[in-house]
Amino acid sequence: MQFIKPDININFIGIRKAAFTVSLILVLVSVISLIVHKGPRYGVDFEGGLSIQIKFQSTVSLTDIEKGIAALGLEGASVQSFGIPTDNEYQIRSPRSMMKEGLNDSLKLSLKESTGVDVVDVSVDMVGPQASKDLREKALFAIFFSLLLLEIYISGRFELKWTLSALMAAAIGIPVYFVLQFNLGAGLTFIILMALVISLALCWYLKLKYALGAIVALIHDLTITVGIFSLLNIEITLQIVAALLTIIGYSLNDTIIVYDRIRENIAKDNRAPMPQIINRSINETLSRTTLTSLLTLLVVISLYVLGGSVIHHFAFAMIIGIIVGTYSSIYVASPILIGWKDETN
Amino acid sequence: MVVSVIYVMPTAVMYSKGQSEPEVWPHKKINLGLDLQGGMHLLLEVQSEKAVQNNLDAKIVELKKKMFQSQIIPKMIKRVESSQTLTIQTDSGEPASKFEELLKKEYPELEIKSKSGDTVATEYQVAIIKDEAEQIKKSAVDQALETIRNRIDQFGVSEPEIRKLGENRIQIQLPGIKDPKGAKKLLDQTAVLNFRLVDDIHDVQQALSSSPPPDSDILYETTKDLVTGAVIKKIPYLIKKEVLLTGEYLTDARLSFDSMENQYFVSIDFDGKGARKFADITEQYLQKRLAIVLDDAVYSAPTIQSKIVGGHARITGNFTQEEGKVLAIALRAGALPAPVVTLEERTVGPALGLDAIKKGVISMIVGTLVVFLFMVVYYRKSGAIANVTLFMNIIIMAAALAMVQATLTLPGIAGFVLTIGMAVDAHVLIFERIREELRLGLSPLAASEKGFERAALTIIDSNVTTLIAAIVLYQYGTGPVKGFAVTLSIGIVASLFTSLIVCEMFFNAMIKRLGNKPLSI
Repeated sequence: MQFIKPDININFIGIRKAAFTVSLILVLVSVISLIVHKGPRYGVDFEGGLSIQIKFQSTVSLTDIEKGIAALGLEGASVQSFGIPTDNEYQIRSPRSMMKEGLNDSLKLSLKESTGVDVVDVSVDMVGPQASKDLREKALFAIFFSLLLLEIYISGRFELKWTLSALMAAAIGIPVYFVLQFNLGAGLTFIILMALVISLALCWYLKLKYALGAIVALIHDLTITVGIFSLLNIEITLQIVAALLTIIGYSLNDTIIVYDRIRENIAKDNRAPMPQIINRSINETLSRTTLTSLLTLLVVISLYVLGGSVIHHFAFAMIIGIIVGTYSSIYVASPILIGWKDETN
Repeated sequence: MVVSVIYVMPTAVMYSKGQSEPEVWPHKKINLGLDLQGGMHLLLEVQSEKAVQNNLDAKIVELKKKMFQSQIIPKMIKRVESSQTLTIQTDSGEPASKFEELLKKEYPELEIKSKSGDTVATEYQVAIIKDEAEQIKKSAVDQALETIRNRIDQFGVSEPEIRKLGENRIQIQLPGIKDPKGAKKLLDQTAVLNFRLVDDIHDVQQALSSSPPPDSDILYETTKDLVTGAVIKKIPYLIKKEVLLTGEYLTDARLSFDSMENQYFVSIDFDGKGARKFADITEQYLQKRLAIVLDDAVYSAPTIQSKIVGGHARITGNFTQEEGKVLAIALRAGALPAPVVTLEERTVGPALGLDAIKKGVISMIVGTLVVFLFMVVYYRKSGAIANVTLFMNIIIMAAALAMVQATLTLPGIAGFVLTIGMAVDAHVLIFERIREELRLGLSPLAASEKGFERAALTIIDSNVTTLIAAIVLYQYGTGPVKGFAVTLSIGIVASLFTSLIVCEMFFNAMIKRLGNKPLSI
């Protein structure tokens, strides 16, 4: 069985301008949504406060829940249904990290009273301001440093520029590390963004083109995923950060497989113009790219549909990530290599 | 050949391990995370500066005595509010130089930060030297960890996990706990028990409206409704600062019920030294009111009717049976050297946990089956081989998780499922490559060899990048996310092994049997 004919030859490079435009629009929409919403909507892990997950015996109205929690002195808390609607699960968020003891019991009682429906179970997450700040820093840290490490690996593997890329990563990573160590907390996101921009500029300047292509594609994927979450007003939790990091791994996986073929084809025939080599490589790996993405997508969709409320959003992030990641390795990461066509030939 | 033998060795070992898992490791199992079995997670921070302050407060009493012995009159000696410095005033001239000498000789851990004054009086700012302060802080955290461990042991939680995180944080995981309320109460109360006299010279009301006398504090006795927990009344007391006896001499504390008064109380026993002290106190302060103060709250303040020998006392107050039980445990396990604050508190209800694991496992099975089906339909016999190795991959992962006694969390299950995706990807890469080589007209054997060889490079490159992401995730992740990183990393290594080594072995065997017939791929 075959979905994609071996002699397929789509002119991907030919439509790269159109593809860039599409990407640009998506990224812009994401960024605008993030600006309008004043950053991503953080979950309790990153914002601090109280998050309560309640499972009822049957469906209840949100206003009834609101009444019940108002009686507990949690006014101003937001209530929304959580996960899959048939699960009758609801989430209550309050900015107060109330440490009152025995919240579980009083919640059950009060909500039973206001809704008239039995509460099956309650989970409570309370994260204090200090802990949430730490988690936020750690998450940013994780994403930033994994990008830096990947930069080194790609430059090393594809261009044998281990030392150069390591030096560059150290030059950027070490100052950032110290800035974070000394807890100049304000503008942390800004510092990380600046560091990323600087590292991209350095990649360009030092002609670490494979790394540049891959990292641009990754940032593209992450921005769009976070942007879609922001558009749909879904919380960014610890699990979503895990999903984002997996997306990094996956998207890079796709990119590397195309790069690998490009490297191989250059070795075979280094006279052919770069656009042609890239196009041929993309077409040759197209069957694998679509197959793998499809299979992984199947797995993730099964998680999304059947995995229950907690996994639901995680799987959703993965679905976006896989689709965008596959797209970006074909339309973003590879065409960027053409930027240097004159020198490579 | 040699290389293949070397490769076969771990194959055999791993394979046998994977299959004999139930017999070989009957005792090791994959632990379930809190999100799957329900339970409580607490992140506490030890206020270790308080331990330094307590240490200084204890030194004040001692220092005062020593100064009197050396005939230096301390005009003032106190700790600067919420800081770690002492302010000490003496007469200038000889007393001042004597004081400096005393400090140098007897208190090497204290240093004079600054000195000011005139011909009449000299004022010193004295602080603990930095190393010593750090030492106190560190041991306060260690001691708190020990005490908390002790309390949890006595509370009776199976498989608790108590760990120190960073410099002054303690992470506690209590799986399957039934009474999160009691557990929290037990863990974050400092449980410092003091016996102090009630100040009967000054008037409480007057102190409330202005300020308490220098050697007394205003502390409250709170009465709560035992059912609703609402505060009924708060009685202010003026309590002397001097602590006559502390909980450190306790040998036992038990919850009992007084049927006459119809209330619970905690009976406490002192050791020999404590009993003697208690007897002395009750003799000396006969007919005075002795307050039992726990964590700056007055529990009761009875009048001493007679000298009490034998070292028994009881703490009454209004608490429920559960609260009394928790209090008794806290007293037995000892006080925390410094108060703790809760940074994070997460409880997962057992039903929600059960729900999560059911759904997680179902989605895992369905996802895997869909992939298996697809592989057979798309790649036929080769797909079937891939399925066998994928299945082995799953077994190896499970075995590895059990071997390191990893904790399986919900994101961990997701990681499991994703790894299946990664392993499939490796097979797809190999098979697509073989198909390509076949199209170029190579024989099945040559095509398979070349396919594996070429694909190996790609697979390693692409997996290493995911591994890098997983390792970073492990480094910076907490709790459930860490579980995800662990399964992902183990899965990547396992899938590299099964796809590149085991699958190739099977493939070669199949090709040998086929002879020159075309490959089913």
